[in-house]
Amino acid sequence: MGNADADHPVRAGRLPSWVINLFLIVLVAIAWPLSRLFDSQIDPYFLDLIIRIGIAIILAVSLNLINGITGQFSLGHAGFMAMGAYTCGVIAKHHAITGGASVPFFLGVTLLSGVVGALAGLLIGIPTLRLRGDYLAIATLGFGEIIYVVLTKIRSIGGCEVGGAAGLHDIPTFTNFFWVFAWGMICIVFIWRLVYSAKGKAFYAIREDEIAAAAMGVDTTFYKVTAFVIGAFFAGVAGALAATWSGNLAPGSFRFMRSVEIVVMVVLGGSGSITGSILAAAVLTWLPEQLRAVEQWRMVIYSLLLIVMMLVRPEGLLGRRELWWTRRRAIPRATATVAPP
Amino acid sequence: MALLEIVNLSVTFGGLRALCGFDFTLDAGDLAALIGPNGAGKTTAFNVVTGVYHPTAGDVRLQGRSIVGRKPFRINRLGIARTFQNIRLFAGLTVLDNVLVGFNRSPGAGFLGTVIGTPRHAREELVHQSAAMTLLETFGLDQRADDRAGALPYGDQRRLEIARALATRPRILLLDEPAAGMNPQEKVELMELIHLIQRRFGVGIWLIEHDMHLVMSIAQRITVLDHGEVIAVGAPAEIQCNPKVIEAYLGEPLTTSG
Amino acid sequence: MQLLVQQVINGLSIGAVYALIALGYTMVYGVLRLINFAHGDVYMVGAVIAFFLATWFQRLGLPVWVNLSLVFLGAAMGCAALGFIIERFAYRPLRNRPRLVSLITAIGVSLFLENLFQQKMVFGARPRQFPPLIETRTAISFHVGHSPVAVNITNLDVINFVLVIALMIVLSWVVLRTRTGLALRAVSYRFDTAALMGINTDRIIAFTFMLGSALAAVAGVIDAMRYQVDPLMGLVAGLKAFVAAVIGGIGSIPGAVLGGLLMGLIESLLRGVILPSDYSGYADGAAFLALILILLFRPSGILGKYAPEKV
Repeated sequence: MGNADADHPVRAGRLPSWVINLFLIVLVAIAWPLSRLFDSQIDPYFLDLIIRIGIAIILAVSLNLINGITGQFSLGHAGFMAMGAYTCGVIAKHHAITGGASVPFFLGVTLLSGVVGALAGLLIGIPTLRLRGDYLAIATLGFGEIIYVVLTKIRSIGGCEVGGAAGLHDIPTFTNFFWVFAWGMICIVFIWRLVYSAKGKAFYAIREDEIAAAAMGVDTTFYKVTAFVIGAFFAGVAGALAATWSGNLAPGSFRFMRSVEIVVMVVLGGSGSITGSILAAAVLTWLPEQLRAVEQWRMVIYSLLLIVMMLVRPEGLLGRRELWWTRRRAIPRATATVAPP
Repeated sequence: MALLEIVNLSVTFGGLRALCGFDFTLDAGDLAALIGPNGAGKTTAFNVVTGVYHPTAGDVRLQGRSIVGRKPFRINRLGIARTFQNIRLFAGLTVLDNVLVGFNRSPGAGFLGTVIGTPRHAREELVHQSAAMTLLETFGLDQRADDRAGALPYGDQRRLEIARALATRPRILLLDEPAAGMNPQEKVELMELIHLIQRRFGVGIWLIEHDMHLVMSIAQRITVLDHGEVIAVGAPAEIQCNPKVIEAYLGEPLTTSG
Repeated sequence: MQLLVQQVINGLSIGAVYALIALGYTMVYGVLRLINFAHGDVYMVGAVIAFFLATWFQRLGLPVWVNLSLVFLGAAMGCAALGFIIERFAYRPLRNRPRLVSLITAIGVSLFLENLFQQKMVFGARPRQFPPLIETRTAISFHVGHSPVAVNITNLDVINFVLVIALMIVLSWVVLRTRTGLALRAVSYRFDTAALMGINTDRIIAFTFMLGSALAAVAGVIDAMRYQVDPLMGLVAGLKAFVAAVIGGIGSIPGAVLGGLLMGLIESLLRGVILPSDYSGYADGAAFLALILILLFRPSGILGKYAPEKV
């Protein structure tokens, strides 16, 4: 009852937002030298795990905006990721022949990858105007499969190698800890501030009751498409990061199962809980690594854990709550009081 | 020119005539009621006015301009808010957040300002929150602002739905069976509340209600529907002794005992 | 012309198998409103059971038709049991939870089956050839017009068609003429009311799962004989059959059959007739494009009912 169940007791933060912004910028700035240090000092195996966790966090948080927060069940997130990954992979590989690597170049390419993802999101957001629930899930699943089929068939576009069924290999690897950290930060802060603002309540309202939301003046079309576009943008960025981290792209890695993996992160973390998504993305990327000792059985164990988790705690690790919350600040009005706990 | 004007409205579902040649007007400050047996077409009328259904014929005008064919959210922004017969709160959100949803259309810092966290955005958040709290206070719900809406007692949920509708600053408020499921004490409070809304917010109220005692004591004008057609219009006293109305209610005499 | 007729026959043959799998999806969706993602893997398990049974029976030297019937029967019974277990232990405890939870669980079950059967001690990750229980040969051959190339129908196709038609007749009899079938229709029409009318909904749901799984097993055996046995074969076949169920109108039994046949036809015509051979690989994508278009313009499918939310 009461607070414990309520969706988001976090209100306007205690600190002015410029202080928080400054803090975040400093944090990202520190990540730059740290990243150099990691490249040379850290066990590559461990660094790989950290980078993959970071990418998984971006994917899970961005999908949470679509699935958990706006309630539009999408099974096509890997499709958006593929759009971004291939945009970045194809350009980076082509560019590596003609020019050298540079920071502005890479920033531009990741942004472009996000935009391409967002365009796909716009395209897929439109069916959501007519479909809901299971039907939407199926349509987005179909979209993901179409992307997969197309990727296996295209060998090249305008002289740039795409790879077709064999995949795209030897992509220059730009991604390091800094890029993943910076994009992860941007993704989390962007979505967090958006959905926890007064206007952002509209996203939750659509999840709770679309008809009532419309009756309250919420432009449900706009918010649903916005959720898809923003979610797909960050999925595209995550794809770009993944492509330039591993240096290899295979169309098969962006199929339905990949989307499912991301959905599972959102659901296990608790649909609607951003910190839950972060936590689940980390755990679910780390866990299969720990099961390497029983290598061949690890997917069996993973799937069993998933089933057991759903049976025991179907609302996910955190439910709809965040990992922490501050009490709502007293509203600056003499008459408005805050309920005692 | 009336604030809300419904002209010769007809709605057909397949072969079923849910509403036929319906006329109605409502002005600011009015308190009108729509009554009739179950299935008479009352909620259908509300659904057409709020854009959920499209009429087969006829027109709905707000200040002389037709709103037929507009989307529900547009109609809300033009100034018509409603509650639902089967409560449709955002059950998983807090009481305060339910009301805050109503502020989503107010001009503001925009997506970018929200994401960067501009001072303007921060100010605006506080303005919205205090406005929402004031509204909750009027409805005696401020103590429960942080509770989950779905956890409120039934009567509180009905009141919260009205508060939420008012948060969109409507000129017309449509209440679909606001007293359904309330106990006698809550009904008395609801009547006071409706009068208060009429006075303080200056909105035109149109309500559907089955509780005759409530309808007779607060409505200025009553429209009676039966099988999609208007069978009587008039002041409560006239309606009470209208033979057609009595017949429509299966010969039951209309008492004021509720 | 010859090509067209041949592709139509191939399409119907593939489609008949889709229809068998689609029936399971549609019946389960009908009673539980659940997309049973593990259904494709039940089809795979059917193929695997058949593989082991056939390997074993081959040594006994029984007549071919006895072998064949025992393989089909064994696979169907094994999968019925599997369907029962899945429903009882994975879905039933979640029946009153949000549908999303059941969907994730279904995905979990699907992953579990796929990975379990990839284990060496169960079946192994590599596809294996089905033991040659019967020799594939042309059963019927005829000429269309003056074409020199004959249209061929194999004995497997014949078995396939006969079996599917027989199963359809049995299924319609069960659904339309028996008390259990009546209860099934009632549950799928309105779950709560059916329970109030004294129908044991748990029993009906278990029965639906067993029936659907048995049909999927038969489909699995047919495909195992036609192609090969692969622990991941359920993924694509399951997806396509599901699309077929949606195209026909999910929840509608005749719709699933129609959708399955259509799906098979579209695929085989696209691959063999409509698309130039360089692009025939796009046929898989086209199926999904068709799915999205149908969902957009007729979300209820061809024979289904789509109820918009009541305000």
